[in-house]
Amino acid sequence: MAGILVYALHDDEGNFNKNSLGAISEAAKLAGEIGGEASALVVGDIADDACASLGNWGAAKVYRAKSVPEGLAQPIIDAMAKVIQENGISYALFGGGLLGFEIGAGLTARLGAGVTMEVTAVKVQDGKLVVERPILQDSQIADVGYVSEPGIIIGRLNAFDAKESGGTAEVVDVDVELSAWSSKATLVQRGEQRGADVNIEDADILVGGGRGLGAKEGFEQCEELAAAMGGAVAATRAVVDAGWYPYAAQIGQTGKTVAPKLYLAAGVSGAIQHKVGMQNSENILAINKDPNAPIFEFSDLGVVGDLHKIVPKLTEAIKAKKGG
Amino acid sequence: MKICVLVKEVPDAAVQKRIDPGTMRLDRSGEKNLNPFDTHAIEAAMQIREGGAIPVEEIVAVTMGPDSASRALEKAVSLGADRMLHLSDEALAGSDVCATGYALAKLLESESPDLVLLGQQSDDGECYTIGAVVADHLQMPSLTQVIKIDVNGDKLRCERQAEYGYDTVEVELPAVISVGDAINEPRYPSLKAIMGAKKKPKDKKAVGDVGIEAGKVGAEGSQTTVIALNPPPAKEAGEIIEDEDTNETVEKIVAWLDERKLI
Repeated sequence: MAGILVYALHDDEGNFNKNSLGAISEAAKLAGEIGGEASALVVGDIADDACASLGNWGAAKVYRAKSVPEGLAQPIIDAMAKVIQENGISYALFGGGLLGFEIGAGLTARLGAGVTMEVTAVKVQDGKLVVERPILQDSQIADVGYVSEPGIIIGRLNAFDAKESGGTAEVVDVDVELSAWSSKATLVQRGEQRGADVNIEDADILVGGGRGLGAKEGFEQCEELAAAMGGAVAATRAVVDAGWYPYAAQIGQTGKTVAPKLYLAAGVSGAIQHKVGMQNSENILAINKDPNAPIFEFSDLGVVGDLHKIVPKLTEAIKAKKGG
Repeated sequence: MKICVLVKEVPDAAVQKRIDPGTMRLDRSGEKNLNPFDTHAIEAAMQIREGGAIPVEEIVAVTMGPDSASRALEKAVSLGADRMLHLSDEALAGSDVCATGYALAKLLESESPDLVLLGQQSDDGECYTIGAVVADHLQMPSLTQVIKIDVNGDKLRCERQAEYGYDTVEVELPAVISVGDAINEPRYPSLKAIMGAKKKPKDKKAVGDVGIEAGKVGAEGSQTTVIALNPPPAKEAGEIIEDEDTNETVEKIVAWLDERKLI
């Protein structure tokens, strides 16, 4: 057996996901070392040119399952299982994201395959893939290998960089018969944007608010601080789901990835899902009343205290300094 | 309908977790608790029952784990479940995700649930995967990381955040749904419910009782193997300030920002 198959996620306009492109580039590099080729699976009626363009990121072949809908995992599990079995593929690789977790997990059951998740790096040992998986709040890195093939690898968000290699992929259409249970879930609406459309990706300074703000109104302090510093306000998934702040401002696994000059986290615990979206910030300052909050493990300056006392005074002090 | 809620016992969040270097498994001694995400799954089951749109005859708390895991089941019952089902067998020790999902699916098969609920991740492993593994074995539709469930006739209308925003998905029953912590605020158990939990019916099953093939579970039946454990790349420890005098704290923060030309 040989080869690595990547699921190439796309939005409703047919734009491929950056993390999927990263996974294709990673697969191309690894396939070169273990033998075999990198291929990608695309579902839906995506044009020949668009599929072939995945070659630019390292895919030698693109399997296109036109009749399989995008957006829900189970039909895609059917498609990937078929391609893996018919082509003797050794590994399936996913970039970060929610669907990758679901599809990878489903393939585990379908193929009796080993699975690893939140993977940050993949290496080759004795011709086989071994993954690096951080565990226990990233306090240790486990090297995990596979007992059998195929092996399923679910990457952490932003783990793999997309690299243009300048090539064209061969496009192969595959017919997939869906499992009975795969058509029992229906996507009614996809990608609904909730709340105002705000831009956090271009800001040099971001004030991130989390559940520690206590209530929706807590964001007013963040906005005042951000205004004083000339920055923008971002949020964690928990507070966006709670309706405290717009989805467009969300950082992390199912939100934006940012790398500002300063990320000031107010009442943010620092869960892995948030960390993956902001850990490359140049400077991280965290204010949290819980001294055991994981964010203190990766902040440059950690302030243990009540943000409701500290943030307003900090805003005043910065205003005074700028005015003076 | 019958709802099975998968629950798990995890080390208490306040306890320093460590890996046993001999077995390369999580050292599960010390204070334990019901996985916080699972309390949201039980609450979701209770709200479906109390919503009344669909009659719920029974809510069963289901777990796999050593004897001590029965405490997680009792906690689940104190939060509203009616009955406990515990799969406990030495043959299961060291099961990876693939083996665990298979064993849980066989256990659930013996209950024929109309709905399986679980927390989207466990405090100790941070996997989002078990729900989807179980669903494929049971040949049921599945959705993970759900933050809203509405009963709509014989279907569930679910919402969740995916890669491009919020998705709304309709799922036919029976189904497997994992929930996020934004879905609800779990209630506190009453003292009476806590005291009564031990008296609720509890079934204990071994691998052979529910048709699990012993070769497919445990360390031997697992498809992944931990080869080594390493410390993460060294990162310079950040500076920590304890806020005692807020004016002083703010001065220190401003100086820190100034030094880095961030003001």
